[in-house]
Order: sequence, then C-alpha cells, then structure tokens
Amino acid sequence: MIMASLLEVDSVTLQYRTEQKLVTATRNVSFTVERGDRFILLGPSGCGKSTLLKAVGGYLAPAQGQIRLNGTRIARPGPDRMMVFQEFDQLLPWLSVKDNVVFALTSSGTLPRREAEERALHYIDKVGLAKFANSHPHTLSGGMKQRVAIARGMAMEPAILLMDEPFAALDALTRQQMQEELLQLWEDTHFTVLFVTHSIPEAVRLGTRILLLSAHPGEVRDLISNNGRDEVDESGLRLSERIHRQLFQQHPDKEISHVD
Amino acid sequence: MSTEQSAVINQTLQVPVTTDARDTIPATNEDSDIGILRKLYAYAWFRKTLVLIIIAVAWQVYARNLGNELVFPTFGATLSAMWEQTVSGALPRSIGFTIRVLLIGYSMGILLAMAMTRLAVGSKLGNDLLEMLTSMFNPLPPIALLPLSLLWFGLGNGSLLFVLTHSVLWPVAISTHAGFRAVSPTLRMVGRNYGLSGWRYIVYILIPAAFPSILAGLKNGWAFAWRTLIAAELVFGVSSGSGGLGWYLYANKNQLEIPAVFAGLLALILIGLVIENLIFRQIEKRTVKRWGMHV
Repeated sequence: MIMASLLEVDSVTLQYRTEQKLVTATRNVSFTVERGDRFILLGPSGCGKSTLLKAVGGYLAPAQGQIRLNGTRIARPGPDRMMVFQEFDQLLPWLSVKDNVVFALTSSGTLPRREAEERALHYIDKVGLAKFANSHPHTLSGGMKQRVAIARGMAMEPAILLMDEPFAALDALTRQQMQEELLQLWEDTHFTVLFVTHSIPEAVRLGTRILLLSAHPGEVRDLISNNGRDEVDESGLRLSERIHRQLFQQHPDKEISHVD
Repeated sequence: MSTEQSAVINQTLQVPVTTDARDTIPATNEDSDIGILRKLYAYAWFRKTLVLIIIAVAWQVYARNLGNELVFPTFGATLSAMWEQTVSGALPRSIGFTIRVLLIGYSMGILLAMAMTRLAVGSKLGNDLLEMLTSMFNPLPPIALLPLSLLWFGLGNGSLLFVLTHSVLWPVAISTHAGFRAVSPTLRMVGRNYGLSGWRYIVYILIPAAFPSILAGLKNGWAFAWRTLIAAELVFGVSSGSGGLGWYLYANKNQLEIPAVFAGLLALILIGLVIENLIFRQIEKRTVKRWGMHV
C-alpha cells in the first residue's frame, strides 16, 4: 500500500451561485499537503483561495474534482479540519474563553468534559491567555480573540488546521507578533496547517510551501518551497520580489520555473 | 441629617422604586461643604423617590379636597383598601388566578412559536408559512379574537388561553426567526465545524446566538399577553368566584368599592413593574449584557 498524502486536492473546480450568475472561483487546482506542512495558499483577492479553504473545510462541494483527507473524500464539515477565521466573532460570545475551547471538544465528541477542561487550559496557557480563561470574549482585544481561536483549533488536535487570513484584521504590530507566536507553537507540536493569505511577506515568513494562485478564476501559478528567510537567488531578487512579479506581471507565465 | 434621610426612605417604602445600578456619586474633595441632601440628589433613585412622594402627596391632597370616595379615593384609602383586600385574601386570589392563566398561556405561546420557528429554519416552505402567518396575524389585536374564542371555547379558561397564546405566539416567533436569520455566517460555520446539526445545532448555536433578539421577543410577548389578559378578563369573569384581576376590577366597580378598584390598579402596576424591571432586567444582566451582545 502506498501511504497517501494527508490532504489531496485533485483537479478541483469550485463554483458558487450569486443572484445573477454562476461564478467560477477556482479552476482545475491540484496540490497535496503532507503532515507537518505549513502550506500557504497565496494570491490576490478574487483568486478563490478562501473558497478553496472552505471546500477543504467541507462547506462547499467541488463542481469537479475531489478533495481527500487521509484518502477519504471530504463530504461535510468536521472537527478533523478545524477552521480559524479572520472574523473576531468566531468565538461564541456566551461562553468564557475556557468554555469556548471546552465546548468545541465536548460538542464534537472529541473528549469528555473533565479531560476537555484539562486540555483546554493547557492550550489556553500555550497561547499565553491563562489569566483570561474565565473572561468572556467581548472583554478581549482582537489579537487575544484570535489567540483563543488558535488555541481552540489546536486543542481539537485536528488532522489539519485551516486558517483563513487569521491575522488580516489585526494591526501591523500585533500581526507580526502573532506570526512569530504561530511559528513558536508549530515548533512545539508540528501540526499541519493550511493557511490562506494575500500578504506576500506573511506567506514568506510562515510557509514551508507556498502555492501561488492567479485571479478570476484561481488557477495554480506555481508551488514554491520556502525556508522563511526570503533569500536572494541567482536572478538577484528576493523570494518575495519574485513572487510579486509572478503574481502581478502580465505575461510571466511561460517563464515560470517549477521549484518543487 | 441622617434622621431626615431615613425618614424620607421610610415614607417611600410602600411605593415601587426603580433604582439604576449605574448611578454614581460625582467625586468631590470637599464633602463638608456639600449638604447630604445635595449629595443624595445626585442619585437617580433618590430623585425618582422624590417624584413618587410628590405624586402621592398631590393625590392625597386632591382626593381629600374632592371629598368623594366613589369617584376618586385618597391615597391613604387606596392603601388601606389594598391592605384589607390582601388580608382577606380577595386580592391575592385574583392575582394568583391571573398569573396562573398568564403563565400557562405564555408558555403555550412560546412553545408554539418555537415549533413554528423550527419549521421555518428547516425548509423554505416553512419559512414562507411563518412569514405569511406572522404578517397576517401580528397586526390583528389579540382581543379582537375574543368573541370568536368565546364561541369556540365557551366562558372559561380555554377562551382566555386561546387569546393569550395568540398574543404571545406572533411577536415571539417574529423576533426568534429574525434573530436566527441574523446569526453571523462565521458562527454558523463554527457550529458546523464541530459537527453540530439538527436540534443540537439549534440549541447550542442558533438559540444563544439569537438570544438578544429572542429576549426582546419574550419581553414583547409578555407585554402583549399581560395587557390582553387583563382586557379579556374585564369582558367576562370566568366561572363564578374564581376570576382574575380584570374581573376583580370589574366586580368591585359594580359594588361601588372604588378604593378596592384603585387597589387593584395599583396591584397591576406593581406586578408589571416587578416582571418588566426585575425579572427581565435580571435575565438581561446575566445573559446578553454579560456576554457583550447588544441588539
């Protein structure tokens, strides 16, 4: 038996219906995510990267192609693919920080109440919010709310953590801090994460592999391996500059070299 | 100074006082220069109490000058009638009857509203049905159904309950449904991410997320039910001797026991204040305010 990749996205075309027409968000996108990857979906707005993430989350069925997790086709949302959203209202406002994490664990049947509490406190402590375990979300800052959402996602110990521009609504300073914290957390546990962003610096800082998508509809431009150091290559350009050219120049498609 | 203050408070213990928790005394460094009255004046509860005393005194003076207890009894006579009626058990019995019918009707209305809303979130047709029914029945004053209700259910609790249920069902259904529809897409996705669906999704995600709106509906439903029930009771006293507050007012007026009528009205005001300002405000404080969810 061949060991399958953790996540296989196989020639996926995604479409959604608006009031007037059928929009194609991504066309024929394929990639695979391995265990321990920090896999980035990078592209301009409208490239369908968030839609792609939602399809992996199970909120949207592909019009064509297949998405498989551990070889099993994804049919619906589930706790093995925890989402971290951009919006601050992703925490349940009626539950305390601790109960937000506990409820995720108990309602999904992941753990019984007592063990869930133990694990929740462990992960809340990991993101540095132990003091706020009994606070309600509305008393927290935006950055703290996102930390709780990350703690909740990690506490579920999902097969893959799906992050949809989780730091996009934060101020620049907090964003940078959160990026460093995320890398720190990853060093601890080597979880697998699929991360959507439209920021090239964020992609270069966070990703082990970066998938570039073009806009309207999203198609794969390139897949880049990355060490986070934004190095200059033989062309004399930094990685972030090369990505910028690939994404925003009109006809570079033919010259794209595949780094894999 | 302190005797003056306690005298004021003693005098007002009989009347309902609504206090505002957010009141604060303005900070001052020169306590000695400011009289206790002026300091008390900074509290809303103190000013409101003062207003109540003024009203009570004006009532007393006017009624005494009028000197006609059959038209307008004094404040004192009203209070003593209230005391007598309470001791004799007539007033508590009426209140008990009214509250019991009210609670049954209120619960029935809420249950039906929940069932209809469940149907409405479950399917497009259910949604259309609820929207159609609410837009038809919500503008209809519940009391207008009383004649029909009497025809169908006779002179008894059945008629009261039918009208009551009708008065609670539509406002609660409208707010609950609107609340469900306003639940943010992110929260919905979070709930489904945990694998919640069906009843569990409604109970654990939709209801708490829509709670500010649901609570507003419950308050509205309560207000409608309370007014409708008293009006319905005024029209007919239910089977002999066991009527509610509405009937109590009507019967006492017929016997020209006007101070008792005033006592009944005062009781209505007190019950309304207790439920609206104590019960609902407490629920609000412990839920939506604590959660930082405002409508």
